[in-house]
Amino acid sequence: MTQVISNSWTMTKRCLKTSLRNPDNIAAAIFIPAIVMALFGLLFKNVINVGDYNYIDFIVPGIILQTVAQAVTGVAISVNNDMKKGMNDRFRSMHISKSSVLTGHVLSAIVRNMIATAVVIGVAFILGFRPQAGFTEWLIIAGLLILYMLGVTWIAVICGIIAKSPEAAGTMPFLLFVLPYISSGFVPVETMPNVLRQFAENQPMTPIVDSLRALTLGLPIGDNLTLALFWSVLIIAVTFVIAVGLYKKKT
Amino acid sequence: MFNSDIIIKVTDLHKSFKDNHVLKGVNFNIQKGGIFALLGSNGAGKTTVVRILSTLLKSDGGAVTVCGYDIVKQADKVRGCISLTGQFAAVDDSLTGKENLRLIGQLRRLPDTNRRADELLHTFDLENAAKKQVSTYSGGMKRRLDIAMSLMATAQQRQVLFLDEPTTGLDPQNRIAMWDMVKNLADEGTTVFLTTQYLEEAEYLADKIAILHDGRIIAEGSLEDLRKLFPPAKKEYVEIQPTLEEIFLKIINEKKAV
Repeated sequence: MTQVISNSWTMTKRCLKTSLRNPDNIAAAIFIPAIVMALFGLLFKNVINVGDYNYIDFIVPGIILQTVAQAVTGVAISVNNDMKKGMNDRFRSMHISKSSVLTGHVLSAIVRNMIATAVVIGVAFILGFRPQAGFTEWLIIAGLLILYMLGVTWIAVICGIIAKSPEAAGTMPFLLFVLPYISSGFVPVETMPNVLRQFAENQPMTPIVDSLRALTLGLPIGDNLTLALFWSVLIIAVTFVIAVGLYKKKT
Repeated sequence: MFNSDIIIKVTDLHKSFKDNHVLKGVNFNIQKGGIFALLGSNGAGKTTVVRILSTLLKSDGGAVTVCGYDIVKQADKVRGCISLTGQFAAVDDSLTGKENLRLIGQLRRLPDTNRRADELLHTFDLENAAKKQVSTYSGGMKRRLDIAMSLMATAQQRQVLFLDEPTTGLDPQNRIAMWDMVKNLADEGTTVFLTTQYLEEAEYLADKIAILHDGRIIAEGSLEDLRKLFPPAKKEYVEIQPTLEEIFLKIINEKKAV
């Protein structure tokens, strides 16, 4: 057990160093959501009817999910690179914990994600985001986001393992960037055409967005938080098992 | 029959890649200590043998023990006693030379990672590049770091050192430095398993040589043994010992003729 923890910590430090030296990925994870936020916030705020809300306040949860999606492209690429290069053979020929290779990628991705998300929330403030959340609400937001990041990161790890090239690995998580559009993230689901509405109402991102919105804006949260936690934990459990299984099979 | 001096035992090893039957029953034993060279043409299956013995690839049949452990059933035990320098540089480009060494030291949980890393940087003439990112290294520097990383281990953790074509791509000066280093390691008691396509390398380094051809070991022994198998062809005023290269080509051609 100490071996697993020690190896995972070493691998995490390795991936953090690597991310510090290749800051493009974290920069993209900040700029792209920030641009989307600025475009939507400034262009569509008078077109989309979200009732009494300030439109920026309304879209911040969706933008955060997009930030996470953009940030995890780096994991998919670096996992894929590791699978292809000699480094992976070296790790595999050593008596170390196999899962630590992946754990290192995942934990360092959480750190990158948190930095990118914090900066994007900062940009939201500049664009007029005015949350009502107190300390407890922010803690819950942070906890929920970390769970969500973990799930999405493991999805990206799977992309990295199955992709044929780093380029392909980097584009696979794009779906995660698009899915918030078909959730309650940018327009109320009631305004969507029937099929999309069915999808949006039942996909995991909607309760997560609704929870974040309720927590940031001081609205009643209902059963959204329970649903959001349920989905996040389920995604982590399933993707972790698949990722580790695939990794062991492929290596 | 158990022989404690045998550190690698390969019995009837088979491996195919789809229709390509690469290993058709490979047998050899390696004594503890010394340098063993596996020779063969390109595509003969040298790397396949190394990958199977270092637990990276599953064989289709046969039995292999390394350090007395079965490579399938006791893979982790085997990994605890071998160190591998594969054919492609296993270095992290984003890290510095020293960070790469420390990474391996920390993964193997060595007690004095920092000091050992400095020693190896010195041995491999990489001190000046220790703090530079590996992406700026030349091919030869990467290769030296690669081997240094394999040595970032306790003697226990590298009882067997696999070197898959360690000098490919090195200039003559670096190649000779590498040879000295390999000899030193063997003198210290490490068993070195070397594959090479440079026959003079095997001739210079190896205590025992095996020639892999057409999926089988077709000749095995010390250089002297191999010379006896194929006596000098030319006798004039002076006896010209055949070079290993001549022996190698002759064996291959005779096998083809059969």
